[in-house]
Amino acid sequence: MSDAHKTIAAVWKIESMRLIAAIARVTHDIGIAEELAQDALVTALEIWPEEGIPDNPGAWLMTAAKRRAIDSLRRGRMLVQKHEEIARELEWQQQRLGDALEHSLDQVIDDDVLRLIFTACHPVLAVEGRIALTLRLIGGLTTADIARAFLVPEKTLGQRISRAKKTLSEAHVPFETPGEDELRCRVESVLMVVYLIFNEGYTATSGDEWMRAALSEEALRLGRMLGQLLPNESEVHALVALMELQASRNAARRGKNGEAVLLPDQDRSLWDYAQIQRGMTALERAQTLGGGAKSYALQAAIAACHVRARAAEETDWDRIVLLYDALLQINPSPIVALNRAVAVGMAQGPAAGLDALDAAATLADGPTLAGYHLFPSVRGDLLMKMGRLSEAREEIERAIAMTKNLREQELLANRLKQLEKAAFSV
Amino acid sequence: MRFMMMVIPEGYGSAAPDAAPTAEAVAKMMEYNKSLQKAGVLLALDGLLPPSTGARISYKDGKPTVIDGPFAESKEVIGGYWIIQVRSREEAIEWAKRAPMSNNERIEVRQIHEMSDFPADVQKAAEGFDQLTR
Repeated sequence: MSDAHKTIAAVWKIESMRLIAAIARVTHDIGIAEELAQDALVTALEIWPEEGIPDNPGAWLMTAAKRRAIDSLRRGRMLVQKHEEIARELEWQQQRLGDALEHSLDQVIDDDVLRLIFTACHPVLAVEGRIALTLRLIGGLTTADIARAFLVPEKTLGQRISRAKKTLSEAHVPFETPGEDELRCRVESVLMVVYLIFNEGYTATSGDEWMRAALSEEALRLGRMLGQLLPNESEVHALVALMELQASRNAARRGKNGEAVLLPDQDRSLWDYAQIQRGMTALERAQTLGGGAKSYALQAAIAACHVRARAAEETDWDRIVLLYDALLQINPSPIVALNRAVAVGMAQGPAAGLDALDAAATLADGPTLAGYHLFPSVRGDLLMKMGRLSEAREEIERAIAMTKNLREQELLANRLKQLEKAAFSV
Repeated sequence: MRFMMMVIPEGYGSAAPDAAPTAEAVAKMMEYNKSLQKAGVLLALDGLLPPSTGARISYKDGKPTVIDGPFAESKEVIGGYWIIQVRSREEAIEWAKRAPMSNNERIEVRQIHEMSDFPADVQKAAEGFDQLTR
């Protein structure tokens, strides 16, 4: 990429979201808005390397998008020009469209951006469509970038995006901020999409390292942005807190040879304490807004317990169990129950943990936990601590067979070695 | 990646201890700050008092000497900074271009070293770095 192209890419990253939001206010269709914005970008790519970057690149792009909008109206006119009345109508439409677009960018208001986010994350779309559309329209990422991040062919991702746009227009999804009654579940969908993007970057163990880091950072940026747009939604701040606190441990999560290092074994001096500070501030904000007992806030509070401990042994497991109890109340999922069992094992001893785990297995809709390798893995751990070594070995072997993830297999194989050693020394 | 954008106002080196920007300048700056915040890229920002209130400490063979401001030699001094998280050097520059600066001000954009950029031995020597601001 030439320097001019790099600069244009940077301008696009900064301007595209507001540009698309402003056009969509006039066209009421984010698919068309994005195409017009893209057309403007193509024009910029032709002209800016020759003539230099304009002083106000956002306004320049808007003017170019406006021209394209009027052009396409005019092309539509060719078909019907015989009817003078319709022609006059079209002229008027062009004038009106031009005026509307002219004014639109000057007053891109936060509501336009919010509408764009809510539309991209609309529940009518498949989750993967919401993610792709969000990264594309809000994040300003190229289709190629998104494809690289999610390890799918660029063509597949392009289809995913056009399918999502088509679904939105076929379902006549209005370009608007949801009303009070709908707001809660629509915010939930937005937060879910942001957290999925974060996790794709944070937990995936294959794929392009750089691109994945970029995904996590993008999710954090989206979260901070939402914190400004929806300052009174406690769960927005709670999600920011959760992401900041998790990401703060990033540098400690890999050993010298790239192997995974689990929380208790991490070198806590490698944690990013400036980021932890940001996470704590966001969590406080969520709690001050009265949302301390909601899902993301509880998860963030659990993460906060971990980062507050200067050493693994100082972790306040009693408090973590209480937080999991509360989380289980509002989100009775087998995964939460499993994590709670781990905490119970740490707070009250492995026997209590095992009871909690087996209770979790019955509570859950069986099959969900049945295919989940962490279940036998945690069970094996607890049994090992109780000295029931042969049972422990069976569970860990089962866990190894259940996971396809190489890093997880490595970790489990190490556990097995520890077991052999323990068995030998008995 | 994180960048620091440092404001270097001409003449700030000899500014009076109580020099302060006008309300108008601050209002403009706040508008800019908000645009950074709304874009989700802003991590930190601060303004610094003039060097006349500061001190310079130089070291000769490990022995420190303190000189109180104002300083005779102070052409380029920092007036304040932002720390932003963006995806490229170009994006940091684009943000700097949008700052409401006057003729006698400049911004220097510098990337912040991430610990992972250092070779292994330097990382080892810097162990505990992040804990310093705990």
